[in-house]
Amino acid sequence: MGERVLLKGNEAASEAALIAGCTHYFAYPITPQNEISAYMAKRMPKLNRTFLQAESEIAACNMVYGAAATGARAMTSSSSPGIALKQESFGYIAGAEVPAVVINMMRGGPGLGNISGSQGDYNMCVKGGSNGDFHNLVYAPATVQELADLTLKAFDVAEKYRILTLILGDGYLAQMSEPCVLPEPSGFKAEKPWALTGAEGRPAQVINSLRLADGVLEVHNRHLEEKYKAIEAAEVMFENFHCDDADFVLVTYGTASRVCKAAVMNLRKQGIKAGVFRPITLWPFPSVALAAAVAGKKQVLTVEMSLGQMVADVRLAVNGAVPVDFLGRPGGAVPMVDEVTERVLSYGR
Amino acid sequence: MADKILYTRPDSIRDVKSHYCPGCGHGIVHKLIGECLDEMNCREKTILVAPVGCAVLAYNYIDVDGIEAPHGRAPAVATGVKRAQKDKLVISYQGDGDLLAIGTAETIHAANRGENITVIFINNAIYGMTGGQMAPTTMEGQVTKTTPYGRDVHDVGYPIRACELLNTLVAPYYIERVSVHDVPHIVKAKKAIRRALQNQIDGKGYSFIEVLSMCPTNWGVDAQTGADWVRDVMQPYYPLGVFRDKDAEEASRVQ
Ligand SMILES: Cc1ncc(C[n+]2csc(CCOP(=O)(O)OP(=O)(O)O)c2C)c(N)n1
Ligand code: SF4
Repeated sequence: MGERVLLKGNEAASEAALIAGCTHYFAYPITPQNEISAYMAKRMPKLNRTFLQAESEIAACNMVYGAAATGARAMTSSSSPGIALKQESFGYIAGAEVPAVVINMMRGGPGLGNISGSQGDYNMCVKGGSNGDFHNLVYAPATVQELADLTLKAFDVAEKYRILTLILGDGYLAQMSEPCVLPEPSGFKAEKPWALTGAEGRPAQVINSLRLADGVLEVHNRHLEEKYKAIEAAEVMFENFHCDDADFVLVTYGTASRVCKAAVMNLRKQGIKAGVFRPITLWPFPSVALAAAVAGKKQVLTVEMSLGQMVADVRLAVNGAVPVDFLGRPGGAVPMVDEVTERVLSYGR
Repeated sequence: MADKILYTRPDSIRDVKSHYCPGCGHGIVHKLIGECLDEMNCREKTILVAPVGCAVLAYNYIDVDGIEAPHGRAPAVATGVKRAQKDKLVISYQGDGDLLAIGTAETIHAANRGENITVIFINNAIYGMTGGQMAPTTMEGQVTKTTPYGRDVHDVGYPIRACELLNTLVAPYYIERVSVHDVPHIVKAKKAIRRALQNQIDGKGYSFIEVLSMCPTNWGVDAQTGADWVRDVMQPYYPLGVFRDKDAEEASRVQ
């Protein structure tokens, strides 16, 4: 077991990336994730690894793409407006099937918005965010511990499927300090016959997304579809917090789920059976598990730090079997425990 | 008497049909790169970053490991590749729209960092692949699909001189502008490319070779007229020559 330390979210994610063997990190400043760049700037050179501050998020993510295409473990991090720029390369990374890790510590939007935590990037990050048919694998940690664990895992999973894995945190998680046990290296090692290392003793090979010849792109899209199906079958993660005996199920992720758990404990003290269903992977979305968890319940309430983005996926999963309500606070606000509690109380027993 | 081979396809160039138009400069520059890689015995240690532009399929012709970059991002992709594969020869091959419009930031900053890469810049004064729109290097008065009345420099600005622009930076090691409009200039262009690749192998840093090149198709002329236009119209505005040569600077300091 690693030692238990008090770390900020940004520091825990950075340290986990180091433990995962990230050899190339490309930065561009934006609040509230600047501690990641600062941490990596200090540590990477000492470990003989590469830290580079790029001229933009666009460049930083293309540097990740270039380094990762040679088989290196590469990462970049940013916050909402910066992720909007990085997404240009997300499509290329998906099409060319290069493993990459990106952290988004979401802040309020649209535009520059503000610098407090928010969940306004669900649609942008979970629904692709670049052109074409593709998915990023999106993890939504709720605690500093989980942020560290998922960051470590993100590197392995990215290589396993040759996909971009995205850590979707927010400004609160990024800035909060919590005790955390640093994860151990997983020992996972992927073969990378596709990596660009110069055509020595083998035919030259290419990493690209362009598929011009008649029908070839459709075949490639079908191949990606198969991969996405395999990920949906194997990589879904969620937490079931007191849902089994509950009448009311709160569906919520990341920082908002912490509030909801407190509300559930409140409600249970008052004899009201509520639970939290928390997707940990946002894509693949735990639709099947969610449908099962809410079957026969009286009410579903989706709680987000947004005007309502994940709620669309919740409604699709629940498919009318149970009424789905929504409570959200946009613009960097966090739903209050009392707000959530009262909303559930309003449904009656 | 045995025949003497004067001209042949370099081993580093694949024996395939190219999609380039007759009289296009891209094919000539590909061949020069191929010859240099052969002579330097570097084919197996090269990673080519292809642009978005007519040379998007460059890796189908030059027989080396290749990676596609998003439009304009080739220097950033090359930076990532090189930082992870320091002992490889990394070439960023780009057109003028790619390098000097959408990719201006990536171009300047890779140069400013002195990335140990080689950038080959094909300046044909137009966007070739998309069918002949104005490029940052389109000449004053030049008619294109998006300047049907000729480039009005008071409205859209003057053509940008990449070598001169990059020559304001401290870090670049070697900057030269060459042309491929006739055989003597092609021979010079090859020397420049060879020099730029050698600089990288020697770990000297960033080298930039601008090649004045023909796009007869989108200029609406035949191959010879295209070559003449490079000589008569482009060259006076884009003077050929070495703009930066830190080897020479070093040598003169020593003397
Ligand atoms: C983001 C993006 N914008 C626009 C395009 C369309 N496009 C393809 S090639 C090109 C420019 C090509 O011109 P240049 O860089 O001068 O190269 P050339 O074809 O002349 O060699 C453009 C704009 C694209 N592929 N991607
Ligand atoms: S359009 Fe122009 S740049 Fe493109 S291949 Fe033809 S001649 Fe060459």
